[in-house]
Amino acid sequence: MDEAFSFVFLMLASTLRVATPLVLCAMGGLFSEKGGIVDVGLEGKMLMAAFFAAATASVTGSAWAGVAAAVIAAEALALLHGLACITYRGNQVVSGVAINILAAGLTVVLGTAWFARGGQTPPLVGDQRLMPLFLPEAGDNVLVYAALLSVPVTWWIVARTRFGLRLRAVGEMPLAVDAAGLSVAWLRYRAVLLCGLLAGLAGAYLSIGQNAGFSRDMTAGQGFIALAAIIFGKWRAWPALGACLIFGLLDAVAIRLQGVRLPGLGEVPVQLIQAMPYLLTMFLLAGFIGRAVAPKAAGVPYEKER
Amino acid sequence: MQALTPAAAAIELRGIDKSFGVVHAVRGVSLRIEPGTITGIIGENGAGKSTLMSILYGLYRADSGEIWVGGQPVEMASPRDAIAQGIGMVHQHFMLIDTFTVLENLILGAEGGPLLAGGLAAARAELARLARDYGLSVDPDARVADLSVGEQQRVEILKVLFRGARILILDEPSAVLTPQETDRLFDILRTLKERGVTVVLITHKLREIMAATDRVHVMRQGQIVAERRTVDTGSEELAELMVGRKVRLDLDKVPVGQGEILLRTEHLSLVDDRGVRLLDDIGIELRAGEIVGIAGVTGNGQSELLQVLAGIRAPSAGRFTVCGHAIDTGHPGDPARMRELGLAHVPEDRLRQGMVAAFQASETSILGYQDGPPFTRNYLLDGPAVGAHCAELMERFDVRPRSPGLRSSHFSGGNQQKLVLAREIARRPRVLLVGQPTRGVDIGAIEFIHRELVKARDSGCAVLVVSVELDEILSLADRILVMFAGRIVGEVEPRRADERTLGLMMAGAQAA
Ligand SMILES: Nc1ncnc2c1ncn2[C@@H]1O[C@H](COP(=O)(O)OP(=O)(O)OP(=O)(O)O)[C@@H](O)[C@H]1O
Ligand SMILES: [Mg+2]
Repeated sequence: MDEAFSFVFLMLASTLRVATPLVLCAMGGLFSEKGGIVDVGLEGKMLMAAFFAAATASVTGSAWAGVAAAVIAAEALALLHGLACITYRGNQVVSGVAINILAAGLTVVLGTAWFARGGQTPPLVGDQRLMPLFLPEAGDNVLVYAALLSVPVTWWIVARTRFGLRLRAVGEMPLAVDAAGLSVAWLRYRAVLLCGLLAGLAGAYLSIGQNAGFSRDMTAGQGFIALAAIIFGKWRAWPALGACLIFGLLDAVAIRLQGVRLPGLGEVPVQLIQAMPYLLTMFLLAGFIGRAVAPKAAGVPYEKER
Repeated sequence: MQALTPAAAAIELRGIDKSFGVVHAVRGVSLRIEPGTITGIIGENGAGKSTLMSILYGLYRADSGEIWVGGQPVEMASPRDAIAQGIGMVHQHFMLIDTFTVLENLILGAEGGPLLAGGLAAARAELARLARDYGLSVDPDARVADLSVGEQQRVEILKVLFRGARILILDEPSAVLTPQETDRLFDILRTLKERGVTVVLITHKLREIMAATDRVHVMRQGQIVAERRTVDTGSEELAELMVGRKVRLDLDKVPVGQGEILLRTEHLSLVDDRGVRLLDDIGIELRAGEIVGIAGVTGNGQSELLQVLAGIRAPSAGRFTVCGHAIDTGHPGDPARMRELGLAHVPEDRLRQGMVAAFQASETSILGYQDGPPFTRNYLLDGPAVGAHCAELMERFDVRPRSPGLRSSHFSGGNQQKLVLAREIARRPRVLLVGQPTRGVDIGAIEFIHRELVKARDSGCAVLVVSVELDEILSLADRILVMFAGRIVGEVEPRRADERTLGLMMAGAQAA
C-alpha cells in the first residue's frame, strides 16, 4: 500500500516537474495567440532565457538575479517578434522560426565564449539554484507554484478584465478594435510582452530549477509541445493546463519506461510515447477529437490604408 | 458634448481630398450637415462616399482639408478622436466580433473600468434603457454570430448610442436588410432624429432618401455635384444627377417562346449538421429563355438552394439535373464540374465567395475559369491574355476604375459586383444562377445589370435570380417562386402579383 502511494506520489511529482515549463509557456503563448500573434518562437525564447538564467546565476551567485536575467532575455526576443510582426507587419511564423534559430545559435556562441565548456554553463550549486520549498523529493520550487498559479490568473485576465476583452477582440477582428478607437498595436505589444514574461520564467525553471545549469538545446522541443498544448486546449487556459499535464505525464511515463523490457512486447518504444503530444494534436486538428478554432485574426498582420 | 450654437453645423467638411495611389477617391469635398437632421448622401459606385465617411470617422486620413465639428476645427487622427467628438459610425461591413456576445461587443472600447463585471452590469441596464427609449431590442447574451443580419445591425446602432454619440453615420445600412427590417430601421432613425441625433445616411435606394431625409447631397467621381432639400426634388432628378444621364429602370422584355428544360430539381432536400431542415422537398424547373425569380425573406433557404445548385454543398436527399446531367447524393457535383456543364453562379456574398480579396482584378476576372486556354498555356498563366480579358470585361461592364492590376478588395462594393457578374455572364452559360444581383449597386448599374440579365435570357440562357428586393424580382422575373422555411410555398406571375400579396406569402401567411 505504502509503496503504491509513494509510486503515485513520485509519478505525480515528476509529471508536475515536467509540466511546469510547458504550463508557463502555454499560458504565455495563449496571451500572444489570443491577441492574434502566432508565436512559434516560444522555444527560442525559453532557450535564451534558460541560458541567461544559468549564466547570471553562476556569475552573481543569486538564483533571483538569474530569474530576472531570464525574463529580460525573453522580453528582448518578444520585443523583436513584436517589432517584426506588429510594427513591420512581417510574417509571424517566419519571425518565430528566426527567433528559434537565433536563440539556438547565440546561446552556444555566448556560452562557449564566456565559459569555455562547449556551450554549457558551470554547474550551479546552493543559492545559485531555486530550491524545493516544502517537499524536497518532489522538487517543488517557487516556479512550479508560479506555473500552477499562472493558469487561474490567465483565465481571469482573459475572461474577466477589460484588457482580456480587448485582447480577445484584437485576435478576432483588429479592424473592429481600431474602429472602436483602441490601438491595435499597443494591445498586441502587451500580449507579446506577457508571453515573453512567462516564457522567461519557463526558461529559468529549466536551467536553475529543474536542472543545475544550462546545456545546449536543453529545451528540446518543449516550446513546441506548449504550442501543441494551446491548440489541444482550444486556446483556453484550463484545458491547456490539462493538455500540459497529460503531455507531462506521458513524458514522466516515458522516462520511467526507458530501457524497460515488457514480456512479449520487447523494449518499450519510448520515442512513440514522446511523439504522442504531436500525434494527439494532429488528430485534434484533423477533427477526430472535437474542433479547435483558432482566434480568427491569428497570424494575419493588421494593415490598413492611411 | 459641447454646446451647439444655432448657427454651427453639426459637421462641416472643408476641401477634403484623398487619393489612394493613382485613384483620386475624394476631390476637394466641402459639405455642411445641420444638427438634428437626417442627411442623405448618394452617388454611383466608387463615387467616394465610404471613403469620405471613413475620413470623417478617423479611419482614413485626408491628404488635405479640414473637419469641423460643432463649430470647432478638429483633428481626426483615429476613430478615438471621432468617438470623443460624439461621432459614431455603422460601417458598410459590420465591425462586430462574431464570437462575442451582444453585451461584450457593446462595451468594447467603453468598458468603464479595468474589470468587466461592473461594466457589463451597467451596460445591461443601459441596454434595457435604450431598448425602451428607441424600441431597439436584442438579447444581450446572444452570440453575435447567431443573430440575423438585421439584429447585428441593431447591435451596431446600439453600440454607437451606448457611447453617447450625437452624430450617427450609416453606410448603406439597408443593403443587407429585408424590407421589413428596413422599415424598422427607418422608424428607429426617425426616433433618433426626434431626440436630436444628427444622422448621415448613405444609400443607393432613392426611395429611402425620399422617405427619410431632410437634405441630400449627390456625389460623383469624388465630388459633390449637387445638394437639394428633399422636398424640392424627386427620384428621377436624383437618379439623373447621380449618373449624369436619364435612367430607366422599367425593362421592356419581349416574351420569348418556352425553351427546353435546362435545370430541374426533384425532392431536393438539405439538412445541416444540427438536423435543421434548410431545404425541404424543392421541385423547380427552369427553362431556356426565362428568368425565374425567387422571393423570400433572407434565411429561408434561398442561399442554400443556390449553394446546392452551384455544387458547393451536396444535397441530403433528392436530385437535380443540369442540361441533362443528373446530380444526386450518390453523384455530387462540384463547382468546377457544374461550370463544365454550362452552369454559372454569381454568389450572394461576392467578397467571400465571388473573389479572393487579395487578388488583382484580372485574377478575379478569370477565377474558376483559369484552367486551360485561353488563360493557361503549358501550365503557365498567360498574363497579357488575362489582363486583356479583364480590360475587355471592365470596358463592357463599366467597372471603375479600369485597372486590371488593382487589388480586388480596393474596388468599391458595386464595382466588385460588376466584375464578378461580368466574369460569369461573359462565359455565355446555359444556366445562370444569380444571388442578390444588385446588392450595394448604384441605380445606373442596376439598370445595366438588369439589361444584361435580360439579354442573357433572350439569348436562350435559363436564369435563376434570388433577391430580397421585391421591385427587382417583379421587374425581372417571368415567373416568381416564393420561398419560406426551406420550401417553395407558391408561384406567381409577375403581372398578377403585387408587393402586398408577395409579402404575405414571404411571411408564410398563405400558400397559393
Ligand atoms: N483602400 C483602397 N485602396 C485603393 N483604392 C481604394 C481604396 N478604398 C477605396 N478605393 C477607391 O476609391 C474610390 C472610392 O471608393 P468608395 O469605397 O469610397 O466608393 P463608394 O462611393 O462607397 O462606392 P459604393 O457605393 O460602391 O460602396 C473607388 O474608386 C475605389 O476603388
Ligand atoms: Mg461604399
